[in-house]
Amino acid sequence: MSDAIVIENLEKHFGDVKAVDGLDLKVPEGQLFGLLGPNGSGKTTTIKILCGVLKPTSGRAFVGGYEVGRSDGRVKELIGVCPQEDAIYSTLTGRENVELFGKLHSMPSDELRRKADLYLEKMGLADDSRRKAGKYSGGMKKRISIIMAIIHDPDIAFLDEPTAAMDPQSKNVVWDFIRELKAKGKTVVLTTHHMEEAEELCDVVGIIDHGRLIAMGTPKELREAFHEKDLEGVFIQLTGRRIREGA
Amino acid sequence: MNVNRLSALVKVNLKRIVREPASLFMVILFPVMLTLFFGMAYGGVGGGGQATYQVGVVNLASSPQGPWTQAFLGNLTSTRILDAHFYESNATAQADLRQGKLSAVLVIPESFERGASSYNLNPGDPSSWRTSTVQLYLDSGSMFALQAVGPVVQQALASSVYVSAVQPAALPVQLGSASLVTVAKFSTFDYMVPGLFAFSAIFLTMMVAQSFTLDREKGLLRRMSTTPVKASEFMASHAISNMLLALIQVGLVFVLASAVGYHAQGGLASLAFAFLLVGVFAASCVGFGLITATVAKSSGAATGIAFAFIMPQMFLGTFVSTGVSGAMATVGRFVPSYYVTDALTSLFLRGAPPTGASALTDLGIVSAISAAILIAGVLLYQKFGNS
Repeated sequence: MSDAIVIENLEKHFGDVKAVDGLDLKVPEGQLFGLLGPNGSGKTTTIKILCGVLKPTSGRAFVGGYEVGRSDGRVKELIGVCPQEDAIYSTLTGRENVELFGKLHSMPSDELRRKADLYLEKMGLADDSRRKAGKYSGGMKKRISIIMAIIHDPDIAFLDEPTAAMDPQSKNVVWDFIRELKAKGKTVVLTTHHMEEAEELCDVVGIIDHGRLIAMGTPKELREAFHEKDLEGVFIQLTGRRIREGA
Repeated sequence: MNVNRLSALVKVNLKRIVREPASLFMVILFPVMLTLFFGMAYGGVGGGGQATYQVGVVNLASSPQGPWTQAFLGNLTSTRILDAHFYESNATAQADLRQGKLSAVLVIPESFERGASSYNLNPGDPSSWRTSTVQLYLDSGSMFALQAVGPVVQQALASSVYVSAVQPAALPVQLGSASLVTVAKFSTFDYMVPGLFAFSAIFLTMMVAQSFTLDREKGLLRRMSTTPVKASEFMASHAISNMLLALIQVGLVFVLASAVGYHAQGGLASLAFAFLLVGVFAASCVGFGLITATVAKSSGAATGIAFAFIMPQMFLGTFVSTGVSGAMATVGRFVPSYYVTDALTSLFLRGAPPTGASALTDLGIVSAISAAILIAGVLLYQKFGNS
C-alpha cells in the first residue's frame, strides 16, 4: 500500500513562532488518521499546508504523490477539505452550497444531484436542504460543510474538528459518515479534541505538540505504551495539564 | 479558464446579492429610488417638465406703460422660462432675492423708453442714441439661474429694441439673417440622468469590498482555495457578476427615468453604447473594491473605506459635479466616472452619435483606466489581502 500523505521535515514559522517544527509523517492510503494536539499545537497549520492554503517555510509535503506547492492543481483535485470554521455561504441554501462545490470540482449534473440527495439524506438534512444555510444550527452547518468537502468523492479528506460543538445525535451521524468514507477506501485525516472520537474512529493517531510529532500509533498501542486506560490519559501525560490558547 | 466553474461562481455571486437585503438595496433599489425621486422632483412628472425661474421686475421707466417697456416685458414673459413678479421698489425685490424667493431681479431704468426710441429713430447714427442700462441681479447660489437667466433677458431685450422693421445700416460687412435652430427643451432632470448611470454603478465598489472581506472573515476564500478553482476564475467571476449588475442598473435607470419624463436623444445605438460603457466602468468598481478589501481588516471597515473611492467619483464624475471649482474639475479628469458621464451627456443630451470621436475617446479612456484599476486591485489583493 502506498502513502497518501508524506510529510518530510516540514516547518512553518509565523515570525518568531514555529507553528510546525520539523514534522515527519506518513499516512498510508485508506487509513483514517487522527491528528491530535492541544490548541496551537500546529494541527490546523499542518492541514492548511497539505491543502495548499499555506506555504511551508521549509520541508516538503506530498499528497496523493504530488508535491504540495509544485502541483497544487492536481492536489486540489484529489482532496476534500472541511475547515474548522463554518465556511459556508449563508445566503445560499444547504443544497446550493453542496452543488456549488460539486460544480467547482466539475461534477456532471446528474451525478451531482444524485449524490447531493444521498448525502443530504444520510446527514439528516434532506428536509432542510432548501432553507438558507445561514438559518441552520451550528450542528447543521457543520454537517453541510462536511458534505461540501466530500461531495466530489475525493481520495483524501481533511476533516478539521468536524464534530466540534455537536450534540450526541449529530455526532453519531457524522461518525457513521466518516466510517463510510473509510469503508470506501478513502484516506481521512481527522483533527479532534475529543479523545473518545479518535479512539472510536481512527486507525492510527498522531499526537502533535509545539509543531512536533511526539507520539504515533494505534489507540491501543498508545494506551499500552503509556500505561493509560484511555487515549485522554495518554494525551494529558504527553502534553501536560496546562491550558493552551491559540489557533 | 473553466467555463462551467466560472458560470457557477457568477450565478452564486448574483444569488448572494439578490438574497441579501442590504446588497439588494444598494445595487437595485437605491438606483431605482434615486431615479424616481429625482425624476419626480426635477423631471416632467406632474407637468413641471421645464425649469422656470422666478424673476423680480422693478419698473422705474419714466413711462411704465410705454411701448418699448411693454414690448420688453412681453418678450420677457413670453419665454415661459421666466416667471415675472413686479415690485414697486428695488429694495423690496433685493430683499426677496436675498431670501431665495427670486432667482434674479431686473431693474428697468427711468431712461429706458428714451434709450430705446432714440435708437429706433436713428439706428444708423450712434451719436444720437441715449444710453440706458438695465440692471440684472442674479442669485449667485443658483448655478442653473446663473447660466440660464442672463441669456434669456438679453434675448428679450434685443428683440424688443432691435425690431425687425429697422433698416440695417449700410456696412461693408453685414450680419445675415439668423438661422432658427429648434432646441429641445430639457428639464433639470434631463441634465442629471447621464450622471445617474455612473452614480448607480459607483456603489458596486462597496459591494465588492464587503463581499471579499466578509468571505475572508468567514474562511470562505480559504476554503475556495482548497478547490480546483483558479484565482483568475474567482476574480473573473466577481468582475463578470458586477458588470452584469451594472448592466441591470443601466436598464433600470433608463426605463424608470424615461417613465418619469426623461427625454433621451439618440436611439438604440446610444443605449447599447451606454450599456457597454457602464459595463466597462463596473470593472473599475471591482478594482476599487478589491483595493478596499486589501486595506480593510473587516467588512465593517470596508464599508467606510470604500467611500474613499466612492466620494471622489460621485462628486467629481456624476451629476453632482455640476459647478465644481476649476481645480476640482481638473482633478475630476482622473476619475473614470467623469468620462462615463461626459460620454452619456453627449449621447443622451446632445444627440451625438456613439461612433463619434468624443464618445469613442471617452470609452477608450474608461476602458484603459478600468483595466488598470482592476489589474491593480487583483494584484494587491492577491499579494496582501488574501491572508
